[in-house]
Amino acid sequence: MLFEAVKLALQAIQRNALRSFLTVLGIVIGVGAVIAMVTIGRGTTAKVSADLAQLGSNLLFVRPGQFGPGRASTDAKPFNTRDVEAIRSQVPGLRAVAPVAQKSFTVIYGAENRQTAVNGTDNDYFVTQDWTLTGGRQFLDGEIRSGRAVCVLGETVRDKLFGRGDPVGRNIRVKNVSCEVIGLLRPKGQSSTGADLDDVVLMPLRVYHRRLAGNTDIGSINVSARDDVDTAKVQADIERLLRERRNMLAGQIDDFSVRDMKQLAETTMATTQMLTALLGAVAAVSLLVGGIGIMNIMLVSVTERTREIGIRLAIGALESQVLAQFLVEAVVLSLFGGLAGILLGLGLAWLATGGLRVPFVLDTPIILIAFGFSALVGVVFGYFPARRVAHLDPIEALRHE
Amino acid sequence: MQEGSKPPIIEFRGVTKVYGTGHAAVHALAGVDLAIAEGEFVAIMGPSGSGKSTAMNLIGCLDKPSAGDYLFKGVSLGQLSRDQRTMLRRHFLGFVFQGFNLLPRTTAVENVELPLIYRGLPQAERRAMAMTALRRVGLEGREHHTSAELSGGQQQRVAIARAIVTDPVVLLADEPTGNLDTKTSREIMELVSSLNREQGITVIMVTHENDIAAYAGRIVRFVDGKVESDAPDREAA
Repeated sequence: MLFEAVKLALQAIQRNALRSFLTVLGIVIGVGAVIAMVTIGRGTTAKVSADLAQLGSNLLFVRPGQFGPGRASTDAKPFNTRDVEAIRSQVPGLRAVAPVAQKSFTVIYGAENRQTAVNGTDNDYFVTQDWTLTGGRQFLDGEIRSGRAVCVLGETVRDKLFGRGDPVGRNIRVKNVSCEVIGLLRPKGQSSTGADLDDVVLMPLRVYHRRLAGNTDIGSINVSARDDVDTAKVQADIERLLRERRNMLAGQIDDFSVRDMKQLAETTMATTQMLTALLGAVAAVSLLVGGIGIMNIMLVSVTERTREIGIRLAIGALESQVLAQFLVEAVVLSLFGGLAGILLGLGLAWLATGGLRVPFVLDTPIILIAFGFSALVGVVFGYFPARRVAHLDPIEALRHE
Repeated sequence: MQEGSKPPIIEFRGVTKVYGTGHAAVHALAGVDLAIAEGEFVAIMGPSGSGKSTAMNLIGCLDKPSAGDYLFKGVSLGQLSRDQRTMLRRHFLGFVFQGFNLLPRTTAVENVELPLIYRGLPQAERRAMAMTALRRVGLEGREHHTSAELSGGQQQRVAIARAIVTDPVVLLADEPTGNLDTKTSREIMELVSSLNREQGITVIMVTHENDIAAYAGRIVRFVDGKVESDAPDREAA
């Protein structure tokens, strides 16, 4: 009997192909949108959290000037090497303190050249950025002290200048300084804001100051705290030390800022998660609209099929048999639409995550919820109007035009 | 014909049908007595509003009387439930409507199979019975045409095949030629008469055309919810 009902339902679906297609379309779009949106959102969150993990652990970021509305950062005094030494020697619980002086220069090898960020720093930078080498070596103490022109290349720069070749041991020119390549950085890819992290050249701070910058300014200091230390305390210690060193009066607002990357990470994560929720909400609206679409089509179709129901009742169908047929029809349509929606949603999400270069994260509960909702809507609105009509007198139903 | 010799298959005893209540109440049937024997071909006539359609719906168990008794094969149907009336239709009655009432976008043979599905017959048996019924109404070669691909007369033949495929005791036809031209009407009536003559199916037909009613062996005229006249048709073939 069930098999017979399924067959009747399939026949009816096939006979009313356009109407069935429209019904299914509502479900497909609703389910597809929710699944695509949420999957893309989850992927972005995963990507952001992976990026943040790459920033290095327990990282504090010290820069001159304040950030935020109405606070100019440009006229704040930059740091110098003595500030870095002071933090190293006076703040307890630190693993590494890396000075960073950065400017954009043209780097040249043979006929190839590229405008890239050149960082003057030291070996602590590899610690604070949690960055290892895929080839060559870090700076030697002698190189750092003497200011010998050596450099470590990011993957993008290497690729641009050397193609497939191994650059270690070759000399490139940075602006007009000839510089030996001693190491290669492990590729990091894009940052959460889309910047290419691998588009970078590292040099010892001293040679950067002398040969490229022409001053001894340090643009920022990256500080990595030990795991067993409270970063809030480290932040307070650095702030106190720098206020002292920069001769700031009590009550004067800091002309530098110390930012805890963990806090920043948490903020960014919260933002991304909110975005995911927002996307999900937009998609939920489309699911709702899809549901209303299903409802309309089902209502119209039942009205349109009143005569059919009348015929079936007159020639000996029980009310329950007519209902079973409509119920099975609704279930079959909803299941089919739901499955198609899942495939569509996952397909779109797969394309989008590929395009955005974020991981494809499957969110099973959302798939089940979207599917369940559409199935429920399909069945409820397929079943109840049919019940009303099936309860009519066959005479009434037959008279219906 | 053989009235009195056989027990009537259909018998109305003071059947009354009232629509609405109070002052708005309409007495569609006002105490009708009527007996129809097995194998008869009865035409029910009368102006619109005379109660002939109501009588037809009651005979067809599509509706129940407000008062009085309806006996089918000598058994009082009393106040049967909706599903019980459906079962009665399923097993004893066949319907032919003025508007054919075939399922749209459905082939002739599928339409004819429909009542058999509700009887729970297996597919192969259904198909064979439907094919036989379609042959009986002269529609060989048209089995797989949908309603839209058939003429009015052919559609009515499909409807008749659908009505007789269950081998009913009574065939109820409500203005079966109302939507057909004269020539086609005559062909359909020949078919209905032959079913009555050759297979002994009791036929009850509502019509308002005298030449169609002439195919019947007996004409019952309704006026104002009552039987005005009930006579054998002298000119019947």
